[in-house]
Amino acid sequence: MDSTQSFKFFNRGPSAAARLIFFALLSLLLMFIDVRYRHLEAIRNVLALPIQTLQRAAINIATQPGILLDEFGNYLDTQGNLARENMQLRQQQTVYATQLLELQVLQAENEQLRKLFELSQQADFPMQMAEIIYLERDIFKRKVYLDKGSQKKVTAGQVVMDQVGLVGQVTRVYPWVSEVTLITDKDHAVPIQVLRTGLRAVVFGSGNISNLTLRYMPISSDIQVGDVLVTSGIDGTYPPNLPVAKVKQIERDPAYPFAQILCTPLAGVDQQRQLMIVSGLHKLPEIPAEAMKPADIKSKKSKRSKP
Amino acid sequence: MSEQFSKDQEFLLPANTTFIVLSIFAGLMLNWLPWQGLWLALRPDFAALILLYWCTHKPHRIGIGIAFFIGIVADVADSSLFGQHALSYSVLAFGGIMLHRRIQMFDVREQPLQVFPLLLTSYAVYASIHWIIGGKIAWEFFLGCLTSALLWLPLSILLQTMRRTRTDPNEL
Repeated sequence: MDSTQSFKFFNRGPSAAARLIFFALLSLLLMFIDVRYRHLEAIRNVLALPIQTLQRAAINIATQPGILLDEFGNYLDTQGNLARENMQLRQQQTVYATQLLELQVLQAENEQLRKLFELSQQADFPMQMAEIIYLERDIFKRKVYLDKGSQKKVTAGQVVMDQVGLVGQVTRVYPWVSEVTLITDKDHAVPIQVLRTGLRAVVFGSGNISNLTLRYMPISSDIQVGDVLVTSGIDGTYPPNLPVAKVKQIERDPAYPFAQILCTPLAGVDQQRQLMIVSGLHKLPEIPAEAMKPADIKSKKSKRSKP
Repeated sequence: MSEQFSKDQEFLLPANTTFIVLSIFAGLMLNWLPWQGLWLALRPDFAALILLYWCTHKPHRIGIGIAFFIGIVADVADSSLFGQHALSYSVLAFGGIMLHRRIQMFDVREQPLQVFPLLLTSYAVYASIHWIIGGKIAWEFFLGCLTSALLWLPLSILLQTMRRTRTDPNEL
């Protein structure tokens, strides 16, 4: 075997196998750190700046012809169409105006009642409009990217909604871009309350864009098809009373301890272009010290799975 | 036609570093187009293909380190885990470098069949990381490696043509 020992004319450094092992170990280490400790966000942010600019350029190049075509179509839109649309909007506006009046009356009444009960006023949440710039290009995950980032004071953990209901939560913030995990993401949990009965529960994403599941509800629990679920606000992440979903289907099979409940999200999770980032949630009072210990364990257990 | 493209022995321009970098960059940009739904599943991984082309044709220029770096860039762009693309691209580059003689032995029309296992391995590495961490696997993801293998033929002909000298060598 000694005689077959190769004589190297050109030194090419370590062999391919050695290199593969080195880089494989390096990437495994990086993945481990990323999953466990999230120390790499700073590096990611730095690298993301040029890369995201390029990505937006790529998307612009791809979408520009479509946008131009759209604009051309708009230009050709006949006056009749516009007039019809105008009339429809006018009609809608009168309907909304009456509804708004009713709402104002109700609000005033509500305020009085709240004062009577000495409840703390619920603050209006300041909102920020943001536009979706692109979707996740990874079929394993459902995420969207918005065009507002830490420069516009968006922080991770803020809630994203459209005009109908809850859409998701900001999970990662870059200087000019923020990443939103949708409520339909697999294992994403939202604490909710059934609007009709006040029953509290947690609704989970199923990974499917049009489904949410209500897990761990006893068969006997009082839930009907068509019930609206709103956020309970108990977790301190989501503000209370935002509509989340509507119950679509209930299967009560006595063979299982829990009912299988499917819900559809109210917000057009995959239909909107403009979304609202809700900022400035009201602070919940501190958890009393003696209750801290069990609560702490619980919060750790119920911690949302890593997005 | 087939003779023209069959072997790498024909007289080609020395692969310019700028050309290599630009081609990989173009691959990344193609990956970053707004693919959605089924098209996303069917999207060939352009960056991986171009990387594999250079790994098989210039194994001493493009190595596993560069593949790793491209993977990191792809990771940041897709906000996947740090190192997920990097690992799968490193494995792909390793396969390409180890088998570059074997792949070049075949006619360019037979090469997709040789390239497919390499791509499949790299896709499997990527998916299995998802499976280990996320606990689920999306099978339609593997469609991408099929389309990638199909794209190998036009892509390698294109790159080969771009590397050929412009002037006719028989001309005096």
